[in-house]
Amino acid sequence: MMQSNGINGSDAHLDQACCTRLVDVGVRLGSYHALERVNLHVHCGELTAIIGPNGAGKTTLLRAIMGELSHTGELIFQSATDSADRKRPRIGYVPQRIEIDASAPLTVLDLFAAAGTRWPLWLWYPKRIREEAGKALACVGAEDLLERRLGDLSCGQLQRVLLALAINPVPELLLLDEPLAGLDHAGTAQFYEIVSGLRRFMDLSILLVSHDLNAAASIADRMVFINKRSLLYDGTPAEVLNQPEVRKAFGLDVPAGSPDLSAKCALCPSNGGGAP
Amino acid sequence: MSGWYLLIDSLPFEWAHFSFMQNALLAILLVSPLFALIGTLVISNQMAFFSEAIGHATLTGIAIGAVLGLSDPTWALMGFCILLALAVTLLRRFSKVSADTLIGLVMAFAVALGVVILSRGGGFAKYAGFLIGDLLTISAAEIARLALILLLVGLLWIVYFNRFVLTFLNRSLAQSRGVNIWAMEAFFASIVALVVAVSIPWVGLLVVNSLLIIPAATARNLASNSRQYLLIAAAFSVAAGISGLVLSFYWGTATGATVVLVALVLYALSFFPRRFLL
Repeated sequence: MMQSNGINGSDAHLDQACCTRLVDVGVRLGSYHALERVNLHVHCGELTAIIGPNGAGKTTLLRAIMGELSHTGELIFQSATDSADRKRPRIGYVPQRIEIDASAPLTVLDLFAAAGTRWPLWLWYPKRIREEAGKALACVGAEDLLERRLGDLSCGQLQRVLLALAINPVPELLLLDEPLAGLDHAGTAQFYEIVSGLRRFMDLSILLVSHDLNAAASIADRMVFINKRSLLYDGTPAEVLNQPEVRKAFGLDVPAGSPDLSAKCALCPSNGGGAP
Repeated sequence: MSGWYLLIDSLPFEWAHFSFMQNALLAILLVSPLFALIGTLVISNQMAFFSEAIGHATLTGIAIGAVLGLSDPTWALMGFCILLALAVTLLRRFSKVSADTLIGLVMAFAVALGVVILSRGGGFAKYAGFLIGDLLTISAAEIARLALILLLVGLLWIVYFNRFVLTFLNRSLAQSRGVNIWAMEAFFASIVALVVAVSIPWVGLLVVNSLLIIPAATARNLASNSRQYLLIAAAFSVAAGISGLVLSFYWGTATGATVVLVALVLYALSFFPRRFLL
């Protein structure tokens, strides 16, 4: 199913299962159109990878979905259990990275308490929070991190903790905003394995913003390509990655040994191809 | 109240027999935990420069009080500081200028305006007392006002603390949890402004920010979770406050600045490993 911008979403009413639909979503920041006419239909249990160059509008789209930026158009969530459509699905969010200074006296349990209850975390932790945090952390293989300070965690540990936080309570739409920036290869593989498992067990809709095309292609059911502030292609990873415009944007077609920049600039590392 | 005076009077110290010291001690016991509560979140949100700016901007609040001919400038101070805090929050949201430049500019405006108004006809010396504060002149009614504000902040810290923590950790994450992040920012900035404004006459605008941030910075060196952070900050704040007050009595120095020096000594000690301290 290959669709260009503007016509996707018209088949949405045929589908009564749980899904999230974006109809003509646009974001304006002052007089600047940060995002225009995005149509997207995300089914539950499906992982959609959002790719595109820097500044294309990927993070803007996530912030609009979360309600952090006001947007035009419609965001409709249809649950398999409720009959009525709702404006906003319950959202779990894993940020790109969190700036934590090493001295911050905030533990993983503090984080769960701050996010999961109004009961002030400087008094004591409700028993429920400790149990929920333990369960969520077990899902991502991080149950031993409960009492650790966030500043003492490694990059991969922190991302797993944030993922655990995002799935407690179980969301209807899980947003991952380049969760792997700064992770080593083993950490990336482990994170994807966990996310893949969660999608199956929890029937989650997942939107993953990623720069790592190979990894995204291997895990995603669908891929959308955003460039120049609008959604240009939407299909299977193979379909999208075969579009000439996509290949050009990511430099996938540079033949080995061609006279590219690296021949002229001694500072550039030689281009290793990079095709998937 | 009379029980308090009897209790302190019975202490075997010279300073404990003066009623102004009994009042000042009571005020310290209220202001210190108040500063610790606010200061911990000020540091978590990297707002130390903001609170410094609010402290200095009180000059304009005092000036407004003087122009209006108020005998007690506290209301003018509170009103101006809260307005300024909200203005900074709004500007941070809608302006592309970086936060520290913005706060620097707003502080420059408020300090210059205050000094210009207060120095008309060479009368600035009259207001120099606000620079260093005078805790020893605090009256029972003013202590009651501090108690009320401590109670208010304590209640707010029960209702809103978690949302503040989440907002200051990561705004998008807080937003995804349904927290109204801009309301939280504006609300917190107003509370900081309120507390700074109320305490200026007693601790002085030169050191008010030090009293806010030093106990929290000390606690950060020692605490391993959020509860310890708050409790240790409060304990250090009270300890520095009482010792600073007593030292200032014997040395004949300004109380606020003396408390700051004691707090800094405690801060230096907090770098020693925990096993030597606790």
